[in-house]
Amino acid sequence: MTYVSKPEVHHPLLKVNEIGLNRRDYEGSVSTLCAGCGHDSVSAAIVQACSELSIPPHRFLKISGIGCSSKTPSYFLDNSHGFNSVHGRMPSVATGANLANRDMYCVGVSGDGDSASIGLGQFAHIVRRKINMLYIVDNNGTYGLTKGQFSATNDLGSTSKKGAPTLYAPIDMVSVALQIGAGFVARSFSGDKRQLVPLIKAAIMHKGFAFIDVISPCVLFNNHAGSTKSYDYVREHTEHVIDADVVLPHEEITVDYEPGTSESVNMPDGSRLHLNKLSNDYDPYDRVKALSHVQEAQERGEVVTGLLYVSRDPHDCHEILDTTDIPLNALEESVLCPGAGKLADINQSFR
Amino acid sequence: MTTYNDFVIRFANVNGSGSASANGMFAKALFRMGIPVATRNIFPSNIQGLPTWFEVRVSEKGYLGRREGIDIMVAMNAETYEEDLASIVPGGFLLHDNSQGGDRRLSRNDINDLGIPLSKLVQSEFEDPKQRQLFKNIVYLGALSALLNIDFEIITGMVSAQYKGKDNLIQPNITAMEIGRSYAHDYMDSPLPIQVRASKGVGDRILIDGNAAAALGAIYGGATICAWYPITPSTSMAEAFEQHASRLRVDPVTNRKNYAVIQAEDELAAMGIVIGANWNGARAFTATSGPGVSLMTEFLGLAYFAEIPAVLFDIQRAGPSTGMPTRTQQADLLSAAYASHGDTRHPLLFPASPKECFDFAASSLDLADRLQTPIIVLSDLELGMNDNLSEPLTWDDERCYDRGKVLDHESLEEISEFGRYLDIDGDGIGYRTLPGTHPTKGAFFTRGTSRDEYAVYTESPEAYTANMDRLLKKWDTAKTIVPSPEIVDGDAPAGIIYYGTTAMPMGEALDRLSDDGIHLDTMRLRAFPFGEAVEAFIDQHEILFIAEQNRDAQMRTLLVNELEIDPTRFISVLYYGGFSISADTIHEQILAYYTDHNLPRLKEVQS
Repeated sequence: MTYVSKPEVHHPLLKVNEIGLNRRDYEGSVSTLCAGCGHDSVSAAIVQACSELSIPPHRFLKISGIGCSSKTPSYFLDNSHGFNSVHGRMPSVATGANLANRDMYCVGVSGDGDSASIGLGQFAHIVRRKINMLYIVDNNGTYGLTKGQFSATNDLGSTSKKGAPTLYAPIDMVSVALQIGAGFVARSFSGDKRQLVPLIKAAIMHKGFAFIDVISPCVLFNNHAGSTKSYDYVREHTEHVIDADVVLPHEEITVDYEPGTSESVNMPDGSRLHLNKLSNDYDPYDRVKALSHVQEAQERGEVVTGLLYVSRDPHDCHEILDTTDIPLNALEESVLCPGAGKLADINQSFR
Repeated sequence: MTTYNDFVIRFANVNGSGSASANGMFAKALFRMGIPVATRNIFPSNIQGLPTWFEVRVSEKGYLGRREGIDIMVAMNAETYEEDLASIVPGGFLLHDNSQGGDRRLSRNDINDLGIPLSKLVQSEFEDPKQRQLFKNIVYLGALSALLNIDFEIITGMVSAQYKGKDNLIQPNITAMEIGRSYAHDYMDSPLPIQVRASKGVGDRILIDGNAAAALGAIYGGATICAWYPITPSTSMAEAFEQHASRLRVDPVTNRKNYAVIQAEDELAAMGIVIGANWNGARAFTATSGPGVSLMTEFLGLAYFAEIPAVLFDIQRAGPSTGMPTRTQQADLLSAAYASHGDTRHPLLFPASPKECFDFAASSLDLADRLQTPIIVLSDLELGMNDNLSEPLTWDDERCYDRGKVLDHESLEEISEFGRYLDIDGDGIGYRTLPGTHPTKGAFFTRGTSRDEYAVYTESPEAYTANMDRLLKKWDTAKTIVPSPEIVDGDAPAGIIYYGTTAMPMGEALDRLSDDGIHLDTMRLRAFPFGEAVEAFIDQHEILFIAEQNRDAQMRTLLVNELEIDPTRFISVLYYGGFSISADTIHEQILAYYTDHNLPRLKEVQS
């Protein structure tokens, strides 16, 4: 792999956001993934979402584990600090990062091998801890970087390129996240940018742990007939339930929805979460029903996408721990060190 | 002949029977009389029903290491009675419950019988069966106060302090104690020829376990995040951090916490959290034991290679594998020094006292930031979980944290080019930036993969090799800033090298050897990598012993390997049975070496 820099020249008509930056300011280096890889679409969606939210790029942390998906943080937000950690362990690194500086926006990108196999334990526990971050799984059902072994999210019976069926039942990451209590759970498809970009924006603005499972086909190893993670299969078997978008504090809602199917919810920072119901009987605030809906669809071979669940009363780990508002990494030495006088009392308590 | 303040007493109990508080009060009472004491809790990996022992070494001379042989045995556990009986030195004392009469086969005629009808005494006084069980311990404590001549006011004062707020418990405890004391006065020859008397031996020292001292050191050193997974014998360090931080680190106005403690799902996650936090410039640490270090090795390699500060306390226990989880050893040396795959190595610190646990906890956070690498503090169960007599903890208010080379917004504005791994100062340490510092300068990608000086991924052999060589240069820098060894050099031809808790019995062992005409210079290692002083000491001594608590002479391996020394130059003094090494062991092994090799000894014994 070689490092490729992008040309410095910008298109003169590139739109600037509220802080005077254009999309290019949110990009990363050129992707070295295979042409047509779904992951590149996810990276592009992250770029667009972050740009539209008008958050300065350096206020993001981007973290990943190991695998094709985990390479992608190089391909967005060049002015952010990134951390390509170890296989399946991104959640713990993200936990430490968020504990250290609660003011940073955190985007974690993982894959199905990274999160559903080696990292399933860490995934489960970061959900429990409600770390304030967006956690994306680029889910392609295969180990691309080691050339096409099945991953744990591959559906039972879904075949390899050579026709061998998957022998074991799948781990559905969305169901896991719902069951353990993530405050924001969505599923999308790398081929559906219209759905994915607003979901990413909503997830970034969500307080607490936001999870998006993005079906992101592997063009080389899992995009054939017989695979349930191919572009064709996902397009044909999608049930789209709720669209979500974020409306920043001073923005107008410009999209027209059918009356009675949409609603706005205030978010802690003053922006609003805008929901548009595409399926009339779906309640995005009911975690238990969301779980059964997803499971029932899976039984039928359908993929439910959109915002699947959002908590009406979201919390994050800092609230649970009751930590101070000042980021822990910014506390002054005078606050951290109790001083010699206090130590005399402490010594006395051990006499 | 009466001896004062010089004995070993061991309490044999069943765990979960409430003996710990009575035994603890016994040790604390002597400490408050000013008598130097060392306590050892010998406990099973179990919560209730298995044998447990509590040993107190009482020494006017201040010998705090373990000594073989029990002078007074308080035998309260029928299951271990036979072995407890056997461990008493000839002429020693056996305190036991004779309410039921004893098995005549289980007796010795070379020791003194101190039978007390403990069960009968509590039965007549207390109704509640649970109270009867608990107060048996208090009754023998009362009896011991008479037998050993302990200041009774000190003990009763401690009862009042311990049950402050639960006043209804104070009087029954004092009653139970008086029952025991009266019995010993009325029916036994009290006090015994082994007894205590007030002393000035303690001075201004404190009685504290190493884990609590380390936790306080982490607080003073500015750690804000503790991520951990429960494992004996390290658990009490994380718990002490939380306990003390909840008083010392709370915002006075909002009452909210200026720290965070996460009990992680496993040791891997604990280390990941520490790395993520340090990557963002918060001081973070974890505490674990050998099995946890094994799990953390992957992350340790990442932190070494990606150059992220981290602090890990390894409170060692007996390995391999699950080993003896509640016994002590110094057997993680090599696995910690070279933890992880590839060419990896980590600085180690070896505290030998609670005071040093405190000091090293604080300085390890500085070292980690300065060297941008994991620092592993190797304590052990002996130091971490037992109340040890220690110099008081000290802090200099003039001291400033060394946060190492971190570029802030202003510095980034001033420089034309930022390269995370550029060796600008020639010490092998680059400048790092924290996330969120500057909108356009200083961002870089942290990774466990090979990269160039600008943190860009590369598989270039030249760039990779240059980076690995710079890490060695950093290693050389580490040699100059880690704590130097403590050397006592009297120009003797022979020397002894030791570290950590092997220091505890060393003074006594050296005195005994001196009585035998063997004089040793000493070097107590306090850190790895080894600096020039270590090499010089080794060069200057013809005969070199290395005393340590593991089977494979791991420090010897480390010295041989790192300093390229002929292995035959080192004679190992080893103990690895799970208790702490005793003065007797050190003395016997070295004496045997001198005898076997007909080495010359000083004719006249020097005082």
